[in-house]
Amino acid sequence: MDKGKLVSWLVKEGDRVKKGDVIAVVETQKSAVDVEVWQDGTVEKILVQPSEADLPVGTVLALLGGDGEAAAPPAEAVPKKAPAAATRPAVAARPLPPTVPGERAKISPAARRRAEEFRLDLAKLRGSGPEGAVVLEDVEAAIAAQTPAAGLPASGAQDKQLAMRRAIAAAMEKSHREIPLYFLETLIPMERALSWMEARNRDRPPNERLLYVALLLKAVALALREVPEFNGYYLNGAFQPGPGIHLGVAVSLREGGLQAPAIHDVDQKDLSRIMAEAQGLVKRVRGGGLKGSELTDPTITVTSLGEEGVEKVFGLIYPPQVAIVGFGKVYQAPLVEEGQVVARRAITAVLSADHRANDGHRGALFLKAIQRRLQEPEKL
Amino acid sequence: MNPASVLIADELGAEKVFDLLRLMLRIRRFEEKAAELYGETKIRGFLHLYIGEEAVAAGLIPYLRPEDAIVATYREHGHALVRGIPAGAIMAEMYGKQEGCSRGHGGSMHLYDAARRFYGGNAIVGGGQPIALGLALADKMQGRPNVTVCFFGEGAVAEGEFHESMNLASLWSLPVLFCCENNLYAMGTHILRSHAQTDLCLRVRSYDMEAESVDGMDVLAVAEASERLIRAVREEGRPRFVEFRTYRFRPHSMFDPDLYRDKKEIEGWKRKDPVPALIEEMRSRGWLDDARLATLEAEVAREIAEATAFAEAGTWEPVENLLQDVYAHRP
Amino acid sequence: MPTAPDMRRTTYREALRAGLHEALKRDPRVFLMGEDVGKYGGTYAVSRGFLEEFGPERIRDTPLSESAFVGAGIGAALGGMRPIVEVMTVNFSLLALDQILNGAATLRHMSGGQFTVPLVIRMATGAGRQLAAQHSHSLEGWYAHIPGIRVLAPATLEDARGMLWSALQEPDPVIIFEHAVLYNLEGELPEDAGAVPLDRAAVRREGKDLSLIAYGGTLPKALQAAERLAAEGVAAEVLDLRSLRPLDEAAILATVGKTHRAVIVDEGWRSGSLAAEISARIMEGAFYSLDAPVQRVCSEEVPIPYARHLEEAAIPQVEDILAAAGKVLGRDA
Repeated sequence: MDKGKLVSWLVKEGDRVKKGDVIAVVETQKSAVDVEVWQDGTVEKILVQPSEADLPVGTVLALLGGDGEAAAPPAEAVPKKAPAAATRPAVAARPLPPTVPGERAKISPAARRRAEEFRLDLAKLRGSGPEGAVVLEDVEAAIAAQTPAAGLPASGAQDKQLAMRRAIAAAMEKSHREIPLYFLETLIPMERALSWMEARNRDRPPNERLLYVALLLKAVALALREVPEFNGYYLNGAFQPGPGIHLGVAVSLREGGLQAPAIHDVDQKDLSRIMAEAQGLVKRVRGGGLKGSELTDPTITVTSLGEEGVEKVFGLIYPPQVAIVGFGKVYQAPLVEEGQVVARRAITAVLSADHRANDGHRGALFLKAIQRRLQEPEKL
Repeated sequence: MNPASVLIADELGAEKVFDLLRLMLRIRRFEEKAAELYGETKIRGFLHLYIGEEAVAAGLIPYLRPEDAIVATYREHGHALVRGIPAGAIMAEMYGKQEGCSRGHGGSMHLYDAARRFYGGNAIVGGGQPIALGLALADKMQGRPNVTVCFFGEGAVAEGEFHESMNLASLWSLPVLFCCENNLYAMGTHILRSHAQTDLCLRVRSYDMEAESVDGMDVLAVAEASERLIRAVREEGRPRFVEFRTYRFRPHSMFDPDLYRDKKEIEGWKRKDPVPALIEEMRSRGWLDDARLATLEAEVAREIAEATAFAEAGTWEPVENLLQDVYAHRP
Repeated sequence: MPTAPDMRRTTYREALRAGLHEALKRDPRVFLMGEDVGKYGGTYAVSRGFLEEFGPERIRDTPLSESAFVGAGIGAALGGMRPIVEVMTVNFSLLALDQILNGAATLRHMSGGQFTVPLVIRMATGAGRQLAAQHSHSLEGWYAHIPGIRVLAPATLEDARGMLWSALQEPDPVIIFEHAVLYNLEGELPEDAGAVPLDRAAVRREGKDLSLIAYGGTLPKALQAAERLAAEGVAAEVLDLRSLRPLDEAAILATVGKTHRAVIVDEGWRSGSLAAEISARIMEGAFYSLDAPVQRVCSEEVPIPYARHLEEAAIPQVEDILAAAGKVLGRDA
């Protein structure tokens, strides 16, 4: 029962009433109901006359004066809704995108998002997925195809290069626009690591020898185990840990541009394997044969511009990753050992990290962990 | 008043009988106030009033120990009051305020108090009986000499859960006092229209359980039987069944237009109203005069005014707490 | 296969039994009650010999009164005990649904947080033994609908052994569903196997191409399907939900985020199923990771029939899982 009609009054203004007296009759959906009075007193004022109108339960019908006191004011009702919900608009006012009539091309949500990142025209792609849908792999293949690769007709090379430039532009624009960056750098003594590596290389044939980049990669991977919040993605407003430690290795192309495909599970591989895979990767980036998934897999990127002779690299993050570690060249740095300034080989590591996903304190621990790992090369 | 009650009154003495009157009056005035506040829309949802049945809760619950447990129904304001839950906490619960005895989560039908071992407030007819079995089982297995009292109406006797529970309580010798408040109506359906055998004790005895009927409109009869039965359950470690024959003067709930019973029937039962009957008996014994009654009424009125003020002043639980009491640790 | 010294060959039934035995030994508040748990030794022989070892106070045979003894479990939990109530099958549990939903699941909230119901209910679920339409249904999805209780589905020996003790440590009611065809599952379990955490799903097989999401009786079938797929060069990841309420949503989204394709295997009926819930969560949380529409392998919408060939046709089979995998991979005809 939430409403009723006032059928009749059994009292009039000025009547004295006793607690329990029936003073009016109200008709509800179910039946007529007696309105009872709960206090002794006098009917001071009748506020509602009988009619066909529905009255909500709680309507004040009359004012009753107590003995010698003024009529009580009608009490305030219970709030019907929680205050929190009261004033918020139902949905933010924003125009809806127009609905396109006709049949929609079948494109998987994952493919659509990836294509948007690279400003790829989906209409030109052929789908290989369920019901001929364009799936992620089709998009990755198209992105990879933008890379000028050996065996492609020369006439297409310029187009491909342009496409790659645009892809880099799109990714870096997004990175620069969206990611609040912070930078940390540290100088890492490399004397022990390099001496150890050189001793190890001495007994081996050239194709089994290591380059120091393998040590850097492994050190970064092991450090990530200690500070996993740098390994993964920033998606939908939250950090999401990567499924493994897959290091994207930035490889520049002779014709310009770069790609950063992944070496998978670096933390679980030994140095020889990392070395071999890194070399294979470089070969494939420059010569073709890269799989689409290798480009999308990295959970963090490592870039080294040591060969080019710079001392420090401040990189931009490749979204949706949350960090990039840049290494400069190995050079003779003035280090202090036992109170003496001595020239020792060293390298500068710079961490660029996404402040939405992590903070500088943890970033510092990450860099320190890389440094510590590189002082124990035999454990890499 | 039953003739035997005269002897019970002699036995109890003036002060204990006065206490019974006070308890009944507290319930009566509290319920009247609740109905009034319902009309003002301060209280919403279902509201089931106990007016007319006060003698049962008032006559029985004082004989329980603090360690004993109570399982009640959705018509339980009276039981909660007599058990000692503050009137303010009950009223605030009916207002839906977080100062209520169930933080405003339960309302009129779900009053709880862990410290007083008051286990609700069950609004599924028959649903409280298996829980009462378990409470008694836990006491028994842990060697605690406690009694669990389980209230329900005669409507519950038609439920499967009732018969399962009678059987199990008797089979396992559980210390439960099953109290049937037979007010003749399961909502609007008279016992004659819902039970093939209306002698409820007869049915219970088939479970090898002792059962008796008591005049639930006579608080002295209720008190005598309750003291005796609670003691028997505690001493024997066996369940007992008692049927209190009573009547509610008010409709089933505030939604009920009361079309299924004759006003004359109600008037007839009102002549057995336990409150004036006890007042009459006390006056005739010289245990009560106008002044003392007025003092008592004033005291009760003050308690209820304070309870209402407490509920009015209460606060709404923040909506952020909505999911707070679903699990101990929010998964 | 050589057995490591600390491993022991055992069955799901024995693992459950060991878990129960440990609970009864370790905590004097623990007792077991239900139909035929004592003298008969348990319908699935899980508690054989317990009546002699622990006595009739703690191994309580009950009359066929599901509502009364489940409710008594609630009351005993309120009274400080740690009852384990066995309900013979999920179909019978419907007779106690009032107590579970209106009582166990609701009391904490309805009392404003004053009461806690540390009750564990075990029951058998699922088809596969030609027991027809009143003993074969998978209704755990219904229970997973209810806030206030936890719902578990041990599908491995390790979980059969370890979930009970963890469930008994929970302050809230826990229902453990044991799929009837798993009781004879054989395997190896470490001698010192014990309690396992409850909340997290577990990746039972790693893979990158698609995710098979399963629980309880459908887990072995999903693992078989993954094996078959591997032979065809498809790496299926198999996620065992373990807890049906709460659902480990993070694990579901993580596996879909990795593979971009999901097949959910659930022996409940498709309409309004747990599989539907998981599918919806994937849509809400991993839409942009999806490379194909989510597929569900559920029971046909029919009461489970008696005849073997019809029963088999009614419930998820390895072939059905493979067909769904083909669909999400775009390899169907």
